[in-house]
Amino acid sequence: MSDQDKQDFSGIIRMLGPGLAELFSGRQIELEHVELELGELELWLPLGGIVPAGIHPPLKGDVMPDGKPSLTVLPRPEDLIVEQFRIEPDVFPSQIREVTLGATKTEGGTRARTVTVGGSTSIPFTHPDSPPVHPPVISLDVFDTRVPMPKALKSHLTDVIDDPAAWARMNVEQFGADMVTVHLLSTDPLIQNRSPREASRTVEEVLQAVDVPLIIGGCGDPKKDAETFTEIAAMAEGERLLLNSVTSDMADAKTLEPVCKAADKHGHCLLAFTGLDLNSAKELNRRIYQYFPPERLLIDLTTVALGYGLEYSFSIHERARFAALMGDMELSHPTISACTNAWSAREAWMDLGPEFGKNDLRGPLWETIGGLTLLLAGVDIFLMMHPLAVTTLREVAGRLMRKTDEKEGCADWVSIPM
Amino acid sequence: MTDEHRKSIREISPIDVYKLLPRTNCAACGEPNCMAFATRVVNGEAVIEGCPPLLTKKYEKDLKKLLHLLAPPVRTIHFGTDTHRLAVGGKHVLYRHEFTYQNPPPIAIDIADDLNDEQINERISKIQDFKYTYIGRTLTLDALAIRSVTQNPERFQEVVRSACRYSDLPLILCSTNPAIIKAGLAVCSERKPLIFAITRDNWKEMGEIVLQSGCPIVVSAPGDLSLLRTLVRTLQEWGIEDMVLDPGTFHSENIGKTIHLFTTIRKTAIRNFDTLFGYPLLGTPISVWNGQELSDNLNRWQEAYLASMLITRYADILIMHSIEGWTLLPQLIWRFGLYTDPRKPVSVDPGVRTFGNPDKNAPVLITSNYALTYFTVESDIKAAKIDCYLIVIDTSGLSVEAAVAGRYLTASKIAESLKQFKADSLVSHRFLIIPGLAARLSGETEDETGWRVLVGPRDSSGIGQMIRERWPPSEE
Repeated sequence: MSDQDKQDFSGIIRMLGPGLAELFSGRQIELEHVELELGELELWLPLGGIVPAGIHPPLKGDVMPDGKPSLTVLPRPEDLIVEQFRIEPDVFPSQIREVTLGATKTEGGTRARTVTVGGSTSIPFTHPDSPPVHPPVISLDVFDTRVPMPKALKSHLTDVIDDPAAWARMNVEQFGADMVTVHLLSTDPLIQNRSPREASRTVEEVLQAVDVPLIIGGCGDPKKDAETFTEIAAMAEGERLLLNSVTSDMADAKTLEPVCKAADKHGHCLLAFTGLDLNSAKELNRRIYQYFPPERLLIDLTTVALGYGLEYSFSIHERARFAALMGDMELSHPTISACTNAWSAREAWMDLGPEFGKNDLRGPLWETIGGLTLLLAGVDIFLMMHPLAVTTLREVAGRLMRKTDEKEGCADWVSIPM
Repeated sequence: MTDEHRKSIREISPIDVYKLLPRTNCAACGEPNCMAFATRVVNGEAVIEGCPPLLTKKYEKDLKKLLHLLAPPVRTIHFGTDTHRLAVGGKHVLYRHEFTYQNPPPIAIDIADDLNDEQINERISKIQDFKYTYIGRTLTLDALAIRSVTQNPERFQEVVRSACRYSDLPLILCSTNPAIIKAGLAVCSERKPLIFAITRDNWKEMGEIVLQSGCPIVVSAPGDLSLLRTLVRTLQEWGIEDMVLDPGTFHSENIGKTIHLFTTIRKTAIRNFDTLFGYPLLGTPISVWNGQELSDNLNRWQEAYLASMLITRYADILIMHSIEGWTLLPQLIWRFGLYTDPRKPVSVDPGVRTFGNPDKNAPVLITSNYALTYFTVESDIKAAKIDCYLIVIDTSGLSVEAAVAGRYLTASKIAESLKQFKADSLVSHRFLIIPGLAARLSGETEDETGWRVLVGPRDSSGIGQMIRERWPPSEE
């Protein structure tokens, strides 16, 4: 378009006056009718924000730098155009199964309190009117044998590291653990190969030391874990322990059926573990349903450390939760995350030089961020270790569930000295 | 305010795109034909501008239609100069597993104008020099947010000028006082900074500045979504389109509000193609520093976890205050991870890697083909200056620990890989070093491969020491 044309055009627009200008002032429906012409006009009309940097939009009576008279002003609203906004919580067709862990005396166990997880009806923390049905649960780890552990974790464990009962007590009394996980790693045939009977005694000691519900962790060997779990299931009849975990390896080793049946018979709960793959999670669950009630099953979809693939864990939990809320019953189980895995990332414990600071804060932050990320994805139980991570996760979870005071503002950060 | 006829990126088929392409199969895009190109475009692996003929006059209309068809419900905003241009927003989906998240959120660090010049220069160089090498990539910070604390336009201008002198990083000019923003813009408008912010109180004056400068603007209405929509609607009528939304970053007791606000805006934009909320979101973890009587480390701690939650829940750009490595490192790593393609593990090709000049007696190690694992092991072997062979096993891109747990790394997989990569022709001994995290597999591996297994360290930083102390292995 030549300059001559432009002038002609602007003359026409001026002649047409406010009517046309008004037409151009915004409404999309009307603009669609003049789409083609607008394509040409865009070069020099202040429409759609296409104002080249450094050039003033034409104002009333303004003269453009090249001396030509500018266009008539497009009327801009002088007052705010008021819009309202309200949103209702999402409604999903299904709900996550609710599972209670631990049993009090009247329920056939010896725990002072129980914890109930699951029951979710929506993706968590998306609407203030639909908080999670139950608060997330934190279980602190106890190991029955020395395991390689970064200094930041070991430092507060010196007095209890060889005494699972004392360790469990500290977890509950000092750090407010909702549950305690006893990892029976000493049963590993490759480590100490302790007998199921010995492992069972350790669990008994812990049951006596604390009155919160327990999670019982095995060593990962499908045959040995089956023996250990079967022994413990009978010993702790009625305690509603969570046995961590049953796996596809057990199905292959033909130990899945006996473990499931023992857990069912003695009134415990099971955790089905699979490695970042929803199809195998569903397949394993289908196998478990043959021998065990789905109402007492939880799932562990694998938690990977930040920097080592946390995003896979995050996405698989989001997918699973969404599918379950949409009605996939094979995924409709409360979920668990081994947040402690954060410490396998070297960024959590290694000295990375002065600019990355001491790992006494970096490490717990690593565990915290892993936990909070999966909290947002809907995970129900967190297996944790560092006291600072535990405190933060608990505090943030509580605040996420609380309805906030509408009047409370967000203080200015723009102009304050820091 | 919704555009109901639009399709989500997941509903657009390659055919929808193909119909609007030149369909000449000219292969100028690098693909064999137009259909292949269309498929890559809907998968987010190629941009439509990658078709050269489409950019000519002849196909102008088709290009326009394609751009409309493929436009994300959350607009992309750019700021900064051509050499340091940042793209913000451009989001297609709510959930990461639906479609790769686009445009990792830039992290800007604040520079307050009440610092003295020496402090400012020191801070700028710290921000510029901050880097961390992760999976063979360098992670860095992205922008400077200049804040007017003195409320003095001249001082602000001075600081903006020296920021321009000492750094090429894109700028965010932060003040709600139009006179101060004007003073700043006077010395940096060619850098196309992002302006913070238009509010209920300054919208007319600030709107004028935005129209004159052509710079993108943050629209700020903390905790009030109706006001935010009101401002956006009005500014749209003014012809302003390059906006970023600030719904307010609440912290401590009110952290839940932040997550609700961000989620609500993004959900509305993506599900309804809502045009008032279809803009990038600004998160300001820096808010935790607003006068709380807390120790610096506690503030840093809060800022760090809040930033990571905002990265997870839809922030498209962040302003932070802390420049401690321990608070920033997890943000850079989490941002990197969250914005990777969810369909593809970050992996390297399986095969044999040779380090130094290994002979027939050199150690043979195995690892997974997860990129992070591989690059970590590689750098540790190089640092320890070991001559050896490293066999990278196809674990579907999972780390050793996850691969063992998920049975992607098993004794038979190891045996198969040794055979496939002809490990027995590399060396004359039969000792295999496996990762400490795969210790469980040692017995079965010996059975399946016939090789003796040495269990290596749990973290590859210990490989050097292990080789020094345990290689060559003594028989029995």
